[in-house]
Amino acid sequence: MSASPRLPVIQDAPAEPGAPFSRRGFLKTAASGAALAALAACKPAAVVEELERRNFKELKKDELAAILVRLEKRYSEEYGKGVTVTATGPMAGVNFGYGLDLSRCIGCRRCVYACVKENNQSRKHPQIQWIRVLQMEKEHGVDLTHATPYYDPELVPEPGHFYMPVQCQQCRHPPCTKVCPVKATWKEPDGIVVIDYDWCIGCRCCTAACPYGARKFNWAEPELPAAEMNPVTHYLGNRPRPKGVVEKCTFCIQRSRVGRYPACVEICPVGARKFGNLLDPNSEIRQVMERKRVFVFKEELATEPQFYYFYAT
Amino acid sequence: MGIFEFLKGAARQVATGGKTYKAWMALLLAMIGVGLLGYAKQYRIGLIATNMRDQVTWAFYVGNFTFLVGVAAAAVLLVVPAYVYHWKPMKEVVVLGELLAISALTMCLTFILVDMGRPDRLLHIVPGIGSPNWPSSLLSWDALVLNAYLVVNLSVAVHILYKAYRGEGYAKWFVVPVVLLSVPMAVGIHTVTAFLYNGMAARPFWNASILAPRFLASAFCSGPAVMIVLFQILRRTTGLEIKDEAIWKVAELMAYAMFFNLFFLGAELFKEYYSRTEHLLYTEYLWSGIGDKRALVPYAWFALVASVIAFLLFLIPATRKNWVTLNVGAVLIFAGVYIEKGMGLVIPGMTPDTLGEIYEYRPTPNEWMVAVGVFGLGGLVFTALVKIAVPIMQGTFRAQGAAAPEGGVAMGVRG
Repeated sequence: MSASPRLPVIQDAPAEPGAPFSRRGFLKTAASGAALAALAACKPAAVVEELERRNFKELKKDELAAILVRLEKRYSEEYGKGVTVTATGPMAGVNFGYGLDLSRCIGCRRCVYACVKENNQSRKHPQIQWIRVLQMEKEHGVDLTHATPYYDPELVPEPGHFYMPVQCQQCRHPPCTKVCPVKATWKEPDGIVVIDYDWCIGCRCCTAACPYGARKFNWAEPELPAAEMNPVTHYLGNRPRPKGVVEKCTFCIQRSRVGRYPACVEICPVGARKFGNLLDPNSEIRQVMERKRVFVFKEELATEPQFYYFYAT
Repeated sequence: MGIFEFLKGAARQVATGGKTYKAWMALLLAMIGVGLLGYAKQYRIGLIATNMRDQVTWAFYVGNFTFLVGVAAAAVLLVVPAYVYHWKPMKEVVVLGELLAISALTMCLTFILVDMGRPDRLLHIVPGIGSPNWPSSLLSWDALVLNAYLVVNLSVAVHILYKAYRGEGYAKWFVVPVVLLSVPMAVGIHTVTAFLYNGMAARPFWNASILAPRFLASAFCSGPAVMIVLFQILRRTTGLEIKDEAIWKVAELMAYAMFFNLFFLGAELFKEYYSRTEHLLYTEYLWSGIGDKRALVPYAWFALVASVIAFLLFLIPATRKNWVTLNVGAVLIFAGVYIEKGMGLVIPGMTPDTLGEIYEYRPTPNEWMVAVGVFGLGGLVFTALVKIAVPIMQGTFRAQGAAAPEGGVAMGVRG
């Protein structure tokens, strides 16, 4: 598995992204952040934040900066470590695509747990996982009526079966963003469908509309042990979520937007997962599309995923 | 001040009553108390207090909401003949229909509120303050039309009653156009609610174009069923004059509506079972179950049998005009539509889920508690409104110095 020139694998580099909204850039607005913090001290912080918040896309740069400073402070106190919250924007000329080789996948679910770890999902009560690996019967092919996510043998793969991991397909025509009543979720220019956890009202229209079961709701306050918390976070990605909102795979936005692979791509022991820039003819994903025959899941729904399945062998 | 006097008088009307009335109000308040208890827990620990999960993300609350939108929409059934055709026996019951719509809408909006993961962010859907996703999100449209329909019904009912209280006729220039507007709006609220489900290609059970027509047909059964029973109670307890013909006419219209409802159901079942595509799975889950997963099956068949029996009872003039069979029919139709348009619609839409998993949903006791509270609230709103409206219509609750009521239940229709 060779890394594409555009997306080198950086081994757990401490994030100091030089993106438009880096932490360093916010020092100028630290004063306003401090003012807000003082305000929050006299009233319940949540109420103040709620009242002054607007939809993410309507926020001015300095307003967003102040919010990020406040969040970093809050999370750092809560988890007892230096948490960064960035809002790195999309890179020009980049549109992400994902490839999954069904002939290689062995159903080990390492991707599931790497994702949980990287993206700060709730560990229990209930457990939240953004990737669901379906075990399917070779005799039926890709057929959901003969699929189960609850396989638990000593060893995988099991004879007669193959495995199909499903996560957010980052559709070009996302049915989920269309139904959101408050514009709390949308598709970014680099193809990633994101959610503003501080704007979502928890109506679950999007979870009903998604054909891939990719959207997960926080039925309870998420349980994220401080020791396991990944402090390198993105506002629209893996920062801690509150109770009562929806979350989903973002192609590890905190990684992919600074040129790193998503955690699931990195961990896959058999190289079944490919990732890259669809606009770059030399990228890994374009090479896959050039040399293999790809298909998309539930193509009859015309969602046009940016997540492709293929059989390499 | 006239309005202040009116409000004081109205409060007195609600606060006074016989033993049965007081017991009824106590029951409703107790129901609300149970609901608050349930909701307090849900608010504290989150929607994990329900049995909804990522596989079935909408369930009991949303099912009740959908059913009650139908009840609210059905007020139109009473408005059309009464206002448009100046049909004498219907006129006195129109106000009651509108009051029912107001209470049903109160329950609809409350059920949506209790289903929200973040009710504290409710204002995000309000234009100006929040960012409603128009025109693409059907839920943002639904919030708009439901609230508008609530305002329309409230303004007409309050206007007519307040004028009657003052011994004056209602302002025709205001009432007639607004009532005419409420007719397409009633169709609108139910159509938009149907489209909320209908537009989701991910859920083949809902993604059928027959859905909105079926919604309307069944709505015209459930709402009037409540009215039929209510009219009889009011006749007995308050002496309000409601003619037999009016009740029988409503029952007859319900029989036609139920015919269409059953016909549409048949059309849907034919398509699913004859073509036998992968989409049949959801229909099968409702009617015969999948393997040992058959939680909905008895309810589905009960609803069908109840609807068919009620249809026959309301169709045959002899049983329609017999009070026993009429009331049996009203209860059956209400129960049938409650199942069909509630859990029978929402749950099979999400079972199996989009990745083929079957999670059998059953509401938790806590969900029942919250739902009981919402129905208690609706009952309280409706009882209070009727308690104020009836003496006005009878002419016993009047402004001081207002003209004497003319001929009992005339409700100031001089216009």
